[in-house]
Formats: sequence, structure tokens, C-alpha cells
Amino acid sequence: MTLRLSAVTYRYAGAQRDALTDVELELPAGSVLGVVGPNESGKSTLCLVASGLAPVVVGGQIRGSVTIDGRETVGMRPHELAQRCGILFQNAQAQLSGTASTVFEELAFGPRNLGLPLGTVIERVESSLETLGIAGLADRDPDRLSGGQAQLVALAAILALGPDILILDEPTSQLDPQGTRLVGEALRRLAHEKRTGILVVEHKTALLDELADRVIVIDQGRLIREGASVDVLADPALVELGVEPPPRVRVRSALAGAGFRTPGEVDALLAELAR
Amino acid sequence: MIAIEIRRVGFTYPGGVRALDSVDLSIGPGETLGIIGQNGSGKSTLVRHLNGLLRPTDGQILLDGTTVGRRHVAELAALVGLVFQDPDRQIFAGKVRTEVAFGPRNLGLRGAELDRRVTAALEAVGLAGTDEENPYDLGYSRRKLLAIASVLAMRTPIVVLDEPTTGQDLRGVARVRSIVAALTAEGRTVITVSHDMRFVAETFRRVVVMRAGRIVLDGTPADVFGEPSWDVLASTYLEPPLAARVGARLGLGSTPTEARLVEALAARA
Repeated sequence: MTLRLSAVTYRYAGAQRDALTDVELELPAGSVLGVVGPNESGKSTLCLVASGLAPVVVGGQIRGSVTIDGRETVGMRPHELAQRCGILFQNAQAQLSGTASTVFEELAFGPRNLGLPLGTVIERVESSLETLGIAGLADRDPDRLSGGQAQLVALAAILALGPDILILDEPTSQLDPQGTRLVGEALRRLAHEKRTGILVVEHKTALLDELADRVIVIDQGRLIREGASVDVLADPALVELGVEPPPRVRVRSALAGAGFRTPGEVDALLAELAR
Repeated sequence: MIAIEIRRVGFTYPGGVRALDSVDLSIGPGETLGIIGQNGSGKSTLVRHLNGLLRPTDGQILLDGTTVGRRHVAELAALVGLVFQDPDRQIFAGKVRTEVAFGPRNLGLRGAELDRRVTAALEAVGLAGTDEENPYDLGYSRRKLLAIASVLAMRTPIVVLDEPTTGQDLRGVARVRSIVAALTAEGRTVITVSHDMRFVAETFRRVVVMRAGRIVLDGTPADVFGEPSWDVLASTYLEPPLAARVGARLGLGSTPTEARLVEALAARA
């Protein structure tokens, strides 16, 4: 399934100005699109709009169109939308249902609401737990998880819905390096094996460097740059926008700035260390 | 100024999860400290003991020689300011200014002094001018900064920040660094939990690494991220910053930050 935003302009209810202006983007099945930009540039709003939650749930005014395989998301019923498109909020704790007494139940909440047979629900829950390496949390109380654990549980709950499109707002913000790697690997597998289209907002550009096919840069609600992730993430203009380049790019420029060896030798050294 | 003594502290959550296991840690007055470790290694649990939010199952925590448990909650609130990882568990007021004023007001401040504190705290985090806004109209990154401002306004001798850089862009991270620097310059103790290795290496003079409820490394960034510590770091699934790995590969010793790497290269040239 392909998610497409065409000339999308969005304004929150009661706001004085547009939060997004004239955004065009396409997310084909099986692709990973990274989104970077400074704080308050419209990244989270883009997630709400792309997932259909804004304006349907959040309110506000939208112009242009958001479509999944050519169908406007605005007219879809909530359960239809939930099966096609899953969204992980920036604040994962806010996403947990608050009604489940175990992590297992929390993950079963979504698929059960879709009316799936019990066997399928259990299968989905177990496979989502496995995918993110958190099978050990199944019996824990969702209210007594660490921040990082809660974030993994919230992501697993979305995966259990089996959506064709994933919209992720900083899915690794509270994760340790190992958790970040695990999520990166899980997302890569979903894109490659299940052809899930993934739009992911991240300040950790190192993750996008490994995961994203393409990266877009958002500033003041406008899409100001789009390209292959390797090109966009190496753009020196990112720093001026407040986006941290991946360590590989930073260390390369630090070494080059110190007059150390030729760029080719620096790249060879970094490639050796990456192995 | 207040010294912190954590002595053989263990903590088990109701339900049996053993989160801390015989933690010993001394933090001098005015010291700044970064705590790193895997998710679930006990970092947040440990810092929540400092203001009495959690009470140790065994061992004890002394603030200025007095056990935390013997101090009144109001007294602890004036000594230790804790900024939660999740700002939405902390923010409750309908206006930014009211939110920041809540803490110092409860410490008994009123009038001009209260106003001054609130204004200074909002300025320190870059939220001047948002006084009348609803906190939930601010984006996540600014809600995090608001939560920090609310604690800064209390002017506690000890400030604890749990994951302050999550959701922040480069400018936001620089802002947090300058807040830590300003607090340090005032002689206050700053304890910060973080997964951001670069931020930790560049900001703190002392870094503590936790694994499964215990402290496994404690030293300068150069110690903790230097080659001799890599096995221990790997055992807790942490990686030294890339600058440290490049420095080691080039035989430059421990270069935990890019600035140190460049310095070491310049010194060798």
C-alpha cells in the first residue's frame, strides 16, 4: 500500500498559523522514509496528519489530500484506518491503554478490538513480543515499566495490529543502544519481508543512516529537502537547522578539519570500525 | 551544600522485580554526574530514591549525613529537585507560568521573589514569552524544557534530570548542557540519567555505568569510554562513542569526545 500526501496544508483548531504548509510526500510499500528537522518544525504534526488522526480525531483544518492506495483517509472508519496505518506517539506512556493489568493483555487490546479470532490475537501478541525482544515482559504490569520498556511495549502493541503502514514518532527516544538496534532491525525486517511502509521521525540520525532509504527535512512546517538518506544526512546545512548529523559524518568532518589523512582514508577507517 | 551517601542500597519493587542491588555511591557537594546503563538497569529507580519517592528495601541514603527516610517530604522537596523522564507525569497546570510557580510557591515564596524565580527559570530553558500558554499546546521538546524550568525555579541544591535530552534537537541538547553548566557554576549538584553517550561524554566530569541494579564502572568519561572499559561496556550492551573508537584505533589514547579526538590528533602532529 502506498501512502501519499498531496499539497497538504494543516492548521490546528484555534491556531494562528499553519503547522504544515504544502507538504508532498509518497511512502511506497516496503520503503522507509526518515523525517528530521528542528524542534517544533512540524514533525509530530506530520505524523498525526499522515496517520489520518488529524483532522479526524484531533480536529483542525486540512487542505490537500492524504490517501492510502488512492483512497482518502478522511472518509475511512476508525477500524479501517487502524488496520492500514499504525501510529506510535512520541510519548509512548501516553499511548498505553491504562486498562490492561499485564503487558500481554495490553498487546491483545488492539487486535481484540479489531474482532480477530482469539488464536490470531495470541499469535500476533506473541510474535510482536518476540520481534522486539520483550517476551520477558509479558506478565509485567504496564504501569510499572521503565520508560524504555514502555516504549517497546507501545511499539509492540502497534505491530500486533498488523498495519500495512507504520508512522513512528521518535520510536527509540527512550531506548538504550541495544534496544535502538533491535528496533532498527525489526523495522528493517518489516519493510523487507512484510512490505510495510514506514515513516519514522528520529533525532538519532545514526539509526536513519542505517535504516532509511530516503530522508526528508522539515523546517517551519515545510518540506525543505528530500533525497537518498546518505546524501541528506551528510549535508552540512543540517547542523544549522539543529539536526545532529550521524556520528560517521561528524567524526569524518572532525578528522578532515584536523587535517588528518585524505577523505578516502578516513572513510576506509570508519568502514573498518563499522564492521 | 549537600553531600549524598548511598550505602549498600537495594530495592525490590512490589511484585518482586529486584531493581537495585547493593549500590554504593558517594556524590560530593557540587559534583556533576552522568548515569548510563541499559533500559531497566536501575538508573531511574536509583535517582527516585534521592527525593524519597522510593524508599530503599535495604541499605540507606544520607543527605548531608541524615537518612532520607528521616526527613520530611517538604524538606526533601527543598533539597532535591527531580525532573521526570516523562514531562506529562509532571505537568498539570493550565498555564506555563502557573506550572513553574507551583514548586516555589509551595516552598512559601510569594510576590516579587516568586516572580523573579519563575521568570529566570523560563529564561534559562528558553521558554520566556510562553507564560500564558497552555503547557499542552507546547510540543514535546518544549514540555520537557518546561518540566526542567519547574524544578530550576525551586533552586534546590541537588538537581536530578532523568533523560533530559530525549526529543531535543541539537539546540535543545545545547540548551540542556548550558543549564547543567550554569547549575555547576553555582555549586549545585547535578545528577543526570541518559542514553545519549555523546551528551554524557561532553557534559559530565564523572560517569557511572549501571548494569542489573549494580554500579559496574565509575570514572571520568576518558576512563569509562576508554579501551580498558570496553568489555564491561559491552557486557551491558553499551558502545563507546565513535570518537573513542577512532582514537583507540589510531593509538591516541582515550578520546571520548570529538573535541578530544581533534586535540589528540593536533598534539601528535
